[in-house]
Amino acid sequence: MINATLKELAALLAGKKISSVELTQQFLSRIATHNPDLNAFITVDEEASLKQARAADEMIARGEAQPLTGIPLAQKDIFCAQGWRTTCGSQMLHDFIAPYDAHVIEQFKHAGAINLGKTNMDEFAMGSSNETSYYGKVKNPWDRQAVPGGSSGGSAAAVAARLAPAASGTDTGGSIRQPAALCGITGLKPTYGVVSRYGMIAFASSLDQGGPMAKSAEDCALLLNVMAGFDARDSTSLEREKEDYTRGLDQPLAGLKIGLPKEFFAAGLSADVAQAVEAAIAEYRKLGAETVEISLPNSHLAIPVYYVLAPAEASSNLSRFDGVRYGYRAPEYGDLLDMYSKTRAQGFGAEVKRRIMIGTYVLSAGYYDAYYLKAQKLRRLIAQDFTEAFKQCDLIMGPTAPTTAFNLGEKSDDPVSMYLSDIYTIAVNLAGLPGMSVPCGFGADGRPVGLHLVGNYFSEARMLNAAHQYQQATDWHSRKPRLPGEE
Amino acid sequence: MTLNLDDVKRIAHLARIAVDEQEAGGYLTQLSAIFGLVEQMQAVDTGGIEPMSHAQDLVLRLRDDAVTESDQHSLFQSVAPQVEAGLYLVPKVIE
Amino acid sequence: MQWEVVIGLETHAQLNTVSKIFSGASTAYGAAPNTQASAVDLALPGVLPVMNKAALEKAVKFGLAVGAEISRRSVFARKNYFYPDLPKGYQISQLDLPIVVGGSLSVQVGDTEKTVRLTRAHLEEDAGKSLHEDFHGMTGIDLNRAGTPLLEIVTEPDMRSAQEAVAYAKALHSLVRWIGICDGNMQEGSFRCDANVSVRPKGVEKLGTRCEIKNLNSFKFLEKAIEYEVRRQIEILEDGGRIVQETRLYDSDRDETRSMRSKEEANDYRYFPDPDLLPMAVSGAYIEQVRATLPELPPAKRERFQREYALPGYDAGVLTASRELAAYFEDVAQTLGGEAKLAANWIMGDLSASLNKDGKEIAASPISSRQLAGLLKRIQDGTLSGKIAKEVFAAMWAGEGDADRIIETRGLKQVSDSGAIEKIVDEIIAANPAQTAEYRSGKDKLFGFFVGQAMKASKGQANPQQLNDILKKKLQA
Repeated sequence: MINATLKELAALLAGKKISSVELTQQFLSRIATHNPDLNAFITVDEEASLKQARAADEMIARGEAQPLTGIPLAQKDIFCAQGWRTTCGSQMLHDFIAPYDAHVIEQFKHAGAINLGKTNMDEFAMGSSNETSYYGKVKNPWDRQAVPGGSSGGSAAAVAARLAPAASGTDTGGSIRQPAALCGITGLKPTYGVVSRYGMIAFASSLDQGGPMAKSAEDCALLLNVMAGFDARDSTSLEREKEDYTRGLDQPLAGLKIGLPKEFFAAGLSADVAQAVEAAIAEYRKLGAETVEISLPNSHLAIPVYYVLAPAEASSNLSRFDGVRYGYRAPEYGDLLDMYSKTRAQGFGAEVKRRIMIGTYVLSAGYYDAYYLKAQKLRRLIAQDFTEAFKQCDLIMGPTAPTTAFNLGEKSDDPVSMYLSDIYTIAVNLAGLPGMSVPCGFGADGRPVGLHLVGNYFSEARMLNAAHQYQQATDWHSRKPRLPGEE
Repeated sequence: MTLNLDDVKRIAHLARIAVDEQEAGGYLTQLSAIFGLVEQMQAVDTGGIEPMSHAQDLVLRLRDDAVTESDQHSLFQSVAPQVEAGLYLVPKVIE
Repeated sequence: MQWEVVIGLETHAQLNTVSKIFSGASTAYGAAPNTQASAVDLALPGVLPVMNKAALEKAVKFGLAVGAEISRRSVFARKNYFYPDLPKGYQISQLDLPIVVGGSLSVQVGDTEKTVRLTRAHLEEDAGKSLHEDFHGMTGIDLNRAGTPLLEIVTEPDMRSAQEAVAYAKALHSLVRWIGICDGNMQEGSFRCDANVSVRPKGVEKLGTRCEIKNLNSFKFLEKAIEYEVRRQIEILEDGGRIVQETRLYDSDRDETRSMRSKEEANDYRYFPDPDLLPMAVSGAYIEQVRATLPELPPAKRERFQREYALPGYDAGVLTASRELAAYFEDVAQTLGGEAKLAANWIMGDLSASLNKDGKEIAASPISSRQLAGLLKRIQDGTLSGKIAKEVFAAMWAGEGDADRIIETRGLKQVSDSGAIEKIVDEIIAANPAQTAEYRSGKDKLFGFFVGQAMKASKGQANPQQLNDILKKKLQA
């Protein structure tokens, strides 16, 4: 049951082989058993989940089931869910009960899916290891010495450990794809604007995008069918016709042109990761795809550009956390300035404060042109690289991360080396393109490796098709970690 | 560009984050390392390139001028640190 | 030393949309605290702004009314600063690419016309309000006003006196109401001015250091604040001091300006394009569509009133002070046909005086344009003398109904029957032999005495022209 695909679960529910309440209980009990160690969830509310499950069972009984009706899903704690504590991994929102639903949560509700709980994450999605969470680090289910990646580390660990059938994540610089890779699951960051950001607590507004995290490409397609769609409450939400992302999954890959950026296979990539990725690409050739070497000449600038633009936007986005209308307020303070400064000094963790400081600096008088504006111009160069590349290929492939999961604590005191773990994913956010990570093997340390797929704008269906065909031919995606006390 | 301790304190004040001397020193080290990374940008000539603020080259959608929200102040204020008589309370604002 | 005063104004006009600029919350004034502050206005985590169509249209309307350039592409930017009435910690405003660029407003200052150039007008959101009543030594924050659309209209430093600044502010106030984009209610804060004031020695080109006086919400305060500030600056400079560039607040109780402590530190607003809002595009067709909705503007109307109704320039100016007043005049003048000057005199005279006395706007006048026309017709056709007409007007003002009804019930018809007038004159002459003799011996001044007596006897109803003629004839006899 816990390994079943979403399609299989839907069939079991439809065939009355299991009820949503039973299914939900089963996952809740796995969470109760394993979460104390893995720490993948920040908040679990059995009553709230089971109430939804009962309603879903009624929907199914009435014959109103949709593909996700009755299926419990873990939600990244960045999405506001009415009545649920929504912390964004921060002490700042420790007691914040969201008074409204994010668009994504609303969509899942309409689809009859069950909110299984809120997953752990780097504080305000700022991190690549899940170590910046106020609610403690998440362990990688494959190796509990290792990080699960971040910022959607809780969602990735929950899916990998089969504590949830699937989960939501968000990706600003790789926060879906990098933890998916490090935890051996499948994750997709859609084209910017495909999934509404309404109710998704903002980190860097021009880069943030929600997306699915699941065991397979097919499951991701089913989730994306629900998550994607126009939302008038987000001015950057795209008005497009609703797509069925499952429709092209079975297409053969013959003739698919895969671009391999030479910059992604250069120094900095660990040998075992390179080997797994090359094997995956060989598999694609077997499936009928052609490969072509391409170049993304400005990709080395992605990290510098990102660490100007994302903190700049974040410094402004996080100004609302001021201790006035909601959230943390310092227990002791003098005047207004003191209340602000203490509230924010105490309520935010070190990484968040660091990024607010960087962002404040690059926007401040005298530095704006040299940093912020310069980075925006380079952002265009980076995006143009992709436009050029897609003249030669349909999809771009490479490693999702330069190494397998690193050890907990290994990089937590060295922000710069931490930032470099997103070296391949960040450019995709800057360009606003869709990207995906698909499990493609294991490193020398037995930790998972992810294959990175990047598509042109709105090519989610094509990417999912390519990933699905690969998953039909291989079984990396169905490998699962052995948890304590399990076979 | 080199960052100094006064810069750190100025930024911290603008960002309303209290820092003591020791913390300021820590920030100085970390921020300097990050700016070392960022500095690579300056090597590229960006003359004639339009800055890119958004992923999509689109224009703003506008909504109709209609009242769609109702009063929810009790719900919203249930998560507030300090309210009285429907107002959010803050330390005295001096004009 | 002779000093020259230099003033530029920044005016915040609240646009009269029903909902806020970036949320669907109501903009109605006076609601209980925070009952009109939606999730977006409160900046709850995760909420996003969506721009109001009507706010754009009103801004474009303004731009067209002042002959400005409408930006085909304008950009919203975030102005970052911390203040409890600013929930997001930034204000969504416009910096580099405002919606309206340039334009000008012509202003009547005494007898001369002056053109004030506009720098720009940009869209932004209003902040909430801090209530300083005592809440155990704390301040209360009401965010109902947060997110109300504002058009900030910025002038060049073109004004040279407090009087000019007030004349500009009044003209602008009239214009925004004229084109229907702002209710202009200054008490409720719908129209607020900030004045940038500096002084320089006459003949010197370089501008002096300026001070910005914030939140002047009446024309009187605007005038007094500038006058005070000018005196303050000149005194400092004449004492050999220097002006410090700062933001000041006008205290109307003390009639002085003082430095604002909260704005003391040099602000670094860290403006950058708002990533939540895409660039706002305006097409040529849209601009023409908005232009077509513009009413006839004051200068055109003034010119037409002079031409069509043969009014003097002064009258045309007064009657076009507001769109409602102009419409009232045109109604009356058209009903009368021909004697537009009569309509102008009555509107500018008795009607304006009565409105002023009762503190009423023309729209709330107890005498409608149709009713006033009815009264004036009776003057035109000789039924009423001017003097009696005033009495009828007063009765109409008091709500006694149309002129004809009042004339009827009070028996106020003018007596034009020469027989009746002759009878009155005969009686007066007979009753005043001494005065008659004096007049006849050359004391012409006594004529007025006879007119007065005869009018009194006729209860004011005698046709004055006829009475004059008959009196003259009979006294000479």
